[in-house]
Amino acid sequence: MLYFPVEPMHIPNDYLSLAVSLVCWAVSVIVLRTAISRTNKSLGERQVPLMGVMAAFIFAAQMINFPVLGGTSGHLLGGVLAAVMLGPWAGMLAMTAVIAVQGLLFQDGGLIVMGANILNMGLLTCAIGYGLYRAVLGKSPAVKLAVIGFAAWLSVMAGALFVALQIWLSGNAELRIIVPAMLFVHAFIGLGEALITVAAVTFIMRTRPDLLAESPESSRGGRGWIFAGVLTSLVVLLLSPLASTNPDGLERVASDLGLTHTAQPAAFQVIPDYTIPFLGNTPVSTILAGAVGVIVVLAIIFITGRSLQNKKPNS
Amino acid sequence: MHSDAFDRYHHHESPLHRLDPRIKVVTVVGFILSNALLPDGAWSAFALTWLFIFLLNALSELGLGYTFRRSFIALPFALAAVTVLFSIPGNALFQFHFMMWDFTVSDAGLLRFVSIVIRSWLSVQAAILLAAVTRFPDLIHAFEHLRVPAILTTIIAFLYRYLFVLTDEVMRLLRARQSRSAAAAGQKSGGGVLWRAKVSGNMAGQLFLRSYERSDRIHNAMLARGYAGHLRTLNPHELHGRDWAYAAVAFLFILAMQFVGRF
Repeated sequence: MLYFPVEPMHIPNDYLSLAVSLVCWAVSVIVLRTAISRTNKSLGERQVPLMGVMAAFIFAAQMINFPVLGGTSGHLLGGVLAAVMLGPWAGMLAMTAVIAVQGLLFQDGGLIVMGANILNMGLLTCAIGYGLYRAVLGKSPAVKLAVIGFAAWLSVMAGALFVALQIWLSGNAELRIIVPAMLFVHAFIGLGEALITVAAVTFIMRTRPDLLAESPESSRGGRGWIFAGVLTSLVVLLLSPLASTNPDGLERVASDLGLTHTAQPAAFQVIPDYTIPFLGNTPVSTILAGAVGVIVVLAIIFITGRSLQNKKPNS
Repeated sequence: MHSDAFDRYHHHESPLHRLDPRIKVVTVVGFILSNALLPDGAWSAFALTWLFIFLLNALSELGLGYTFRRSFIALPFALAAVTVLFSIPGNALFQFHFMMWDFTVSDAGLLRFVSIVIRSWLSVQAAILLAAVTRFPDLIHAFEHLRVPAILTTIIAFLYRYLFVLTDEVMRLLRARQSRSAAAAGQKSGGGVLWRAKVSGNMAGQLFLRSYERSDRIHNAMLARGYAGHLRTLNPHELHGRDWAYAAVAFLFILAMQFVGRF
């Protein structure tokens, strides 16, 4: 059994510019420092081995796949699952450890861009996952599962969007190509993530509900997480259609902020055609298209969650 | 345990194996950084970099083409950089039409693309060699010396230690699923995609519970053996004269690469 890269989301070395890589490293280090100090406080160093084994679980769980269509298969990235089961800070540390081992041992993702990979696949996914989950903590299992599923889908989309933006800021792709391409591919990958995550949490709810019980320490600092999760989700939901339909606006902002070197003239023409046909080519149409997609995903996840929930085990 | 194939370390007694892990980590990071700093189309510098990798392969005594053979895992990622071809303005080399887009490949774009693939390829070879000549626990220890927080290195050390155990667990789950998924030739087998996803999710949940219970046992066993919050190593990890000498040579080599690449 040889290791195979799971997600087409690990950025290799040299695909991002040094400046972008270092900024991502800086952001990741700041978040991780907080995560480490919080985890040290709440867990105590004695429980660190436990987190190591749970990180190994995430690594191993990424190998579980299921055939979808024509040789493609669905996989688990695991960020939302880690955040829901381990809590946000511990989840982030576990995801970081997984990404570090994938980079160090298997050269899946480079060392210089590891900060970006940690940010995209570990920190963002856990923030979205835990923030949205925390917002519905007291609600019924069906609502919880629907939100977890949506968060799982959105976490993959957020990672894809950030990868696209980082590649663009490095000057290695046109915004109007990379964002729609990444989001389109990951909209499907995200569905697989959502389905597996919901099914896994349902399974744990049925067999070991005590592991999901609301512990007293998780009630503190909850507001901050809800705020962070909802804010990140909104940024992703609003930025995606904006970047797809109106890349000039974002490019303008970036060059005004000095993020990109020069406003590069387009070397090719794109017909912006990812809209609802009969509504014509307006930003409203694309945002509507995005919203319809979101509602469809939510509905699918909600119905799946309900049907899974209804089949109570014969105890 | 079947998953030993996972381990990228190749046991051998070469000068490179004996080198202090800190020096190896710092050299590789410096090498990869230097790669990233080389300008596009610095062919002679790329050639010198390749020579450096070649020499390291020789020093590792794992075979001259060791990293080269293993570096092909990096090639699929070249696809990720394809967008570069079209996004840099320059003299048009050729144009083609795909679906609803018109693509123009420019000479500047091609130069950037080839440079990125070469740089990435060289960096991957350095990282492959690092993992091949350094035991993973030593590597983790080196990072601890280099001020990576202990909680993170400890998590990574445990992740590595139980990676093989839990991978075996996954293999058992996958084998169990396979052996229960009989399919008659020519007939539809298995449920729909939703059903398959649910089965996979149940497997992930099952794996979670097994891992969780295992981690509990491990933790208790460690406490029983006197674990007090940090891992100990018998390896003293002292820097010797030859480690410093190697570091100096590697540093000069990296400087030379930058010099050749820029002038």
